[in-house]
Amino acid sequence: MAKITMRQAISQALWEEMERDPKVFILGQEVGVWGGTYAVTKGFYDHFGADRVRDTPISEAAIIGSAIGAAIAGTRPVAELMTINFAFSAMDHIVNQSAKMHYMFNGQMVLPLVIRTVGGGGRQLGATHSQTPDAIFAHFPGLKVVAPGTPADAKGLLKAAIRSNDPIMFIEHATLYQIRGEVPDGDYIVPIGKSTVQRSGDHVTIVTYSKMLELSLKAAEQLAKDGIEAEIVDLRTLRPLDMEPVIESFKKTNRAVIVEEGWKSFGVGAEISAQIYEHAFDYVDAPIKRVAQKEVPLPYNRNLEQMALPQVEDIIKAVKEVL
Amino acid sequence: MELSSELKKEMYWMMLLSRRLDERAWVLHRQGKIAFHISGIGHEAAQVGAAFALKRGHDWVTPYYRDLALMVSLGLTPEEFMLSLMGKAGEPSSGSRQMPSHFGLRRVNAVSHSAPVATQAVHAAGIGLAIKIKKEKKVVLTTIGEGSTSQGEWYEAVNWAAVHQLPVIFLVQNNQYAISVPPEMQMAVKSAADKACGLGLPGQMIDGTDVIAVYEIISELAEAARNGKGPALVEAKMYRITPHSSDDDDRTYRSREEVEENKKFDPLLLTKARLIDEGIYTEKDLEDLDKKAKQMVTDAVKTAEEAPYPAAEEAAYPVYAEEVPNA
Repeated sequence: MAKITMRQAISQALWEEMERDPKVFILGQEVGVWGGTYAVTKGFYDHFGADRVRDTPISEAAIIGSAIGAAIAGTRPVAELMTINFAFSAMDHIVNQSAKMHYMFNGQMVLPLVIRTVGGGGRQLGATHSQTPDAIFAHFPGLKVVAPGTPADAKGLLKAAIRSNDPIMFIEHATLYQIRGEVPDGDYIVPIGKSTVQRSGDHVTIVTYSKMLELSLKAAEQLAKDGIEAEIVDLRTLRPLDMEPVIESFKKTNRAVIVEEGWKSFGVGAEISAQIYEHAFDYVDAPIKRVAQKEVPLPYNRNLEQMALPQVEDIIKAVKEVL
Repeated sequence: MELSSELKKEMYWMMLLSRRLDERAWVLHRQGKIAFHISGIGHEAAQVGAAFALKRGHDWVTPYYRDLALMVSLGLTPEEFMLSLMGKAGEPSSGSRQMPSHFGLRRVNAVSHSAPVATQAVHAAGIGLAIKIKKEKKVVLTTIGEGSTSQGEWYEAVNWAAVHQLPVIFLVQNNQYAISVPPEMQMAVKSAADKACGLGLPGQMIDGTDVIAVYEIISELAEAARNGKGPALVEAKMYRITPHSSDDDDRTYRSREEVEENKKFDPLLLTKARLIDEGIYTEKDLEDLDKKAKQMVTDAVKTAEEAPYPAAEEAAYPVYAEEVPNA
């Protein structure tokens, strides 16, 4: 067990999987010689060679489309999209192709495809570099959507994703690469589709994932000073969604706040709260609250950007409202 | 090298059988027995010639929806085609989950495409990439209509294959219409093959009604690609004799005179005349073959009509790999 950054954890997972299985290869813009836009694949090109760490033309549709072809033909591609905002240029391949192939072609082939991409705001990169459209991808049956919030989960989930035979959107957060955490050495696997409790508490359930886990943990620390103990459930995977720990926690606390970085309308919070009402209506003691991004394209200016993004204070306020 | 009579006979048979299957599909649609058909009548020479140029079952194919004759040449049976038209159980492309003519046949390395056009070209580049990584001696043939070469993804795929020297043959079937729109409204060049010079791969235009010419040219390109010489772009010209699909009335955009005039270049008739000329077949032989083809089609229709529909519970899977048997 070592304390390493999220970037190192992701890099470690990729490296170990490439060492383990020669069928695994990386393709994307700037992944090779340059080492990746977020330096995740630094050193890979020299070690694994140009065939397995392939710099591509600036062609998002071709990156994902050809990764699909390569997966069908018996390799295990890890395709990198520089940011999730550019995934919209490859949307047809992600949703019309990869998500549907098992079903539409009746299981004639499986599609072991990982799309590693980077989402989230907070780095002053403007409206088309800073989105959190995770819920859009989670809408489609056939895709799996993973978004880790800790270095250990990033490693374990990425290794699970590379070994999976399904197309997976693996969404890393742009401001989490530097966070540090204990990460088990070697073959550490976290199963896809399992939520987990990151902090125990009896008074309120906070449901969150990815970057918002960090903010929720900070909010919980401050709330604890007022004697409020929040239980935090980290979804980790949006599809397939594991509601069991959420429902279990809610039955104990009878109150919930859902924290997501994306927009509130039709978002993750909407889905989670609907499911709580469906599965635990008799346990509801207060209306469920959602904390989310303001409904605007994310601005460049730092102050404006922070005003639009969810803050620790927003979470504390929402928790106090449901108590 | 002169091709053997046997090979010519075999190619003619695939063209003939595909034509009779296609014609019957139109009849079944007009009888209200099937929901949809998209036709490849007029394309048979290009498709059969290209299929025979491959090591069938060894090389890969990412076809498009007009490729009935290509698929029949690869091994799609008349029964399987009829099952797909009727949406019956056991249909091999999708278990009747997908529309007919979205051909996929894993047993011969043919990969189905989705409805947005040109996606299959990008998949072909990816398969080419896998072939290269695995150091196999294989080629991918991907087909497309001339209209779909307007898509950004087609350019991305061709560019990608050219940059990385992937073993892919991009075969454009230019049948003069993208539904109702003629080629001059799709591209400012005379032929889709002309686009090759801007992308850095060899491009050539061929007569898509001449099955032997197509066979010879694609054979040469396929062998070069298998040996690491990179991709190629070919445009085969022909005329789409039928409307675009069973939902299209082509009288709104082309005259009957034009269609009749172009029927002179029907590849089936041209090939037939050639086989008689060369003394490979007599009129009587060809009549017998036609009877045989029609009987096979009739039998296939009967088999498909008697086949069951998929069980209702099949609608629920396989969405994820764990639901795929033997994944």
